[in-house]
Amino acid sequence: MKNNENKLSDSFSRQNTTLKKRRRWSESLIQGSLFLAGFFSILTTAGIIFTLGKEALLFFQKPEVKLFEFLTGTAWQPHINQFGILPLATSTLLTTAVAMLIAIPLGLTVAVFLSEYASRKVRNFLKPILEVLAGIPTIVYGYFALTFITPLLREIFGKDVVNIYNTGSAGLVMGILILPLIASISEDALAAVPRSLREAGYGLGATKFEVVFKIVLPAALSGISAAIILGISRAIGETMIVAVAAGAGPNLTLNPFKGAETMTGHIVRISGGDLSYDSIDYDSIFALGLVLFLSTLLLNIISQWIVKRFREVYE
Amino acid sequence: MIRTAKDTKSLFENNLALRTNQGKTWHVIFLLVTILAIVSLTLLIVNIVDSVFGYVVINTKVDPATLMVDGLALEDQTKAQLTEALRMNLSSGAFNKLNTEKDFGDRTRNEILALVEERILKYEVLESWSLADSLFRKNSVIDEYSKLVIENPRATLKFISWLTWDRLVRPQSSEIVTAGIRTAILGSLWTIIITILFAFPLGVGAAIYLEEYASDNWVNRVIQTNINNLAGVPSIVYGILGLAIFVRALEPLTSGSIFGLVDPTTANGRTILSAGLTLGLLVLPLIIINSQEAIRAVPQSLRHAGYGLGATKWQVTWSHVLPNAIPGILTGLILAVSRAIGETAPLVVVGASTAISFDPTSAFSKFTTLPIQIYQWTARPQPEWQHLAGAAILVLLVLLLGLNAVAIVLRNKLSRKY
Repeated sequence: MKNNENKLSDSFSRQNTTLKKRRRWSESLIQGSLFLAGFFSILTTAGIIFTLGKEALLFFQKPEVKLFEFLTGTAWQPHINQFGILPLATSTLLTTAVAMLIAIPLGLTVAVFLSEYASRKVRNFLKPILEVLAGIPTIVYGYFALTFITPLLREIFGKDVVNIYNTGSAGLVMGILILPLIASISEDALAAVPRSLREAGYGLGATKFEVVFKIVLPAALSGISAAIILGISRAIGETMIVAVAAGAGPNLTLNPFKGAETMTGHIVRISGGDLSYDSIDYDSIFALGLVLFLSTLLLNIISQWIVKRFREVYE
Repeated sequence: MIRTAKDTKSLFENNLALRTNQGKTWHVIFLLVTILAIVSLTLLIVNIVDSVFGYVVINTKVDPATLMVDGLALEDQTKAQLTEALRMNLSSGAFNKLNTEKDFGDRTRNEILALVEERILKYEVLESWSLADSLFRKNSVIDEYSKLVIENPRATLKFISWLTWDRLVRPQSSEIVTAGIRTAILGSLWTIIITILFAFPLGVGAAIYLEEYASDNWVNRVIQTNINNLAGVPSIVYGILGLAIFVRALEPLTSGSIFGLVDPTTANGRTILSAGLTLGLLVLPLIIINSQEAIRAVPQSLRHAGYGLGATKWQVTWSHVLPNAIPGILTGLILAVSRAIGETAPLVVVGASTAISFDPTSAFSKFTTLPIQIYQWTARPQPEWQHLAGAAILVLLVLLLGLNAVAIVLRNKLSRKY
């Protein structure tokens, strides 16, 4: 103890004229490792781009595969060397479209109700429910689609019309899955519209409905469009619902009552078995993965850009 | 045309009723749609409960009476008697295989009883009904049963719960009556622990760097944007990444061969370790973003107080910032864990096993998890397996609900107000 104090006073007397910052190696070491932790995310992205790109390149170099056929071919049948992405992409778009048909109107309505109409009590009750909906694993939604919605659709439209596996049921349930996402982001956007704008509307004698539709919604449009685009991106990448309910086997159809495999569904099905490395199936999931990654990335970037570019900033 | 004040007034008044009505109609529509959203959640839960309970017709392929020893029914026999029953009724090859998988001496009596039921008696479910059918259409249930019992004299009609304690503690099996989810639950726990060990320190470290250390230059902006974009990458893409990096490229590490710890049943990279690391990558952006928010919420004055006492940056971070941010960081961790526990798609791609009946013994074992199990059971063509899937879903949902409750309690208990 005594010794320590001596040392302390020593160092004070030595430094009392120049209070210089001492270089501390431990501090630099810590800062360095924290930077590496932050940099790790860049490595992840690089890893995604590199592995997807590399294996996809191998896929396109195979003699059986041609890039042009990949983009325009209407059949995906690996066993006879046909690799046209259209059937897979069409069913991805079909399930996404059905999902958005449900999620956009319902999600926006719920958002408007929560932000403009509901009392604080109702909102405090409803918001956690929406959060619970958003936290349920997607495999559970898949189970719901297969065991509840599909039988329901078959009951309503007839068993001859609706297949056991169909994209409509998967899309519907995906809509329920994405509803809370759109609702909560849109609600944030609506809540950010300043109260003064609403007051101005009421001051002119507008009804509540008119204030909401003609003032608040347009003012929150950038946030709402961002929410919708994020929802689409989520729907494209959604896997388990379509893997369970949309059917196995690529099928070029726009009929939502027929089974058709989506890109994600196909990846899950063929990697379910023991996939041998460097087989054409193995490489093909990387090509499909690359398409998925690029399209969702593009949508996410667009959504961020919309928020930045079109946001109405109020003080 | 010049409008007089009176004209305008009447125009306004004529419109007023219309406009008010329009407003009211929409109010009702908004309310109804919101209720619809809530109803869909309720339906989801109801549908699961509906499938977990109900009547079943159970039949045994072999008459249990033929296995009685000294007038004792199977349930009352000793371990030795049960083992003997197995030896008598199975081919010697099958018996020896069971013995090498796990010595009969090491198995408990209940395990052997389960084996006897599974391999000799062969319980089968002839027909099953949902809870709603069992309650409201009991007559047709009994009708169908009386038809079935003509062909299968030993068939019995029982009202059962598909989720029982037995199901929780029994290993995976291909026989519906004995199949349990212990293997899957243990697999999920192992995977999650690895996910946390990997992603938590890395995620919090990255968050500290970005909030406390990073200056506003292009490198750090790129890192931040990149993290936000990673959070939007579909989970299946992480599965593909995991397959290429962890399962294939790092196979010596993930199969345990560089440590000399290869699990003889796996011997490739499709292990718990690969699964945990893949999920770790998946939840890393979530952990970083949540931790960043928690760290940002710590008031600046606390940091200044620390600096004022001459503390270094790390000392301030470690002793002032982190203790105050920890409730938020832990809440974020729990949310990330509940995301990881429910993930299915990336694990299918990484190579979850379809049938393992033995508990994982190390990070280098083959793996299956609860959602994978649910997926496999749901995807089976026979409808009775969906009851079992429903039971597993119920377990998963209770687990997630528990985790979320912990997160809420944690947030309320530990958070301080300034």
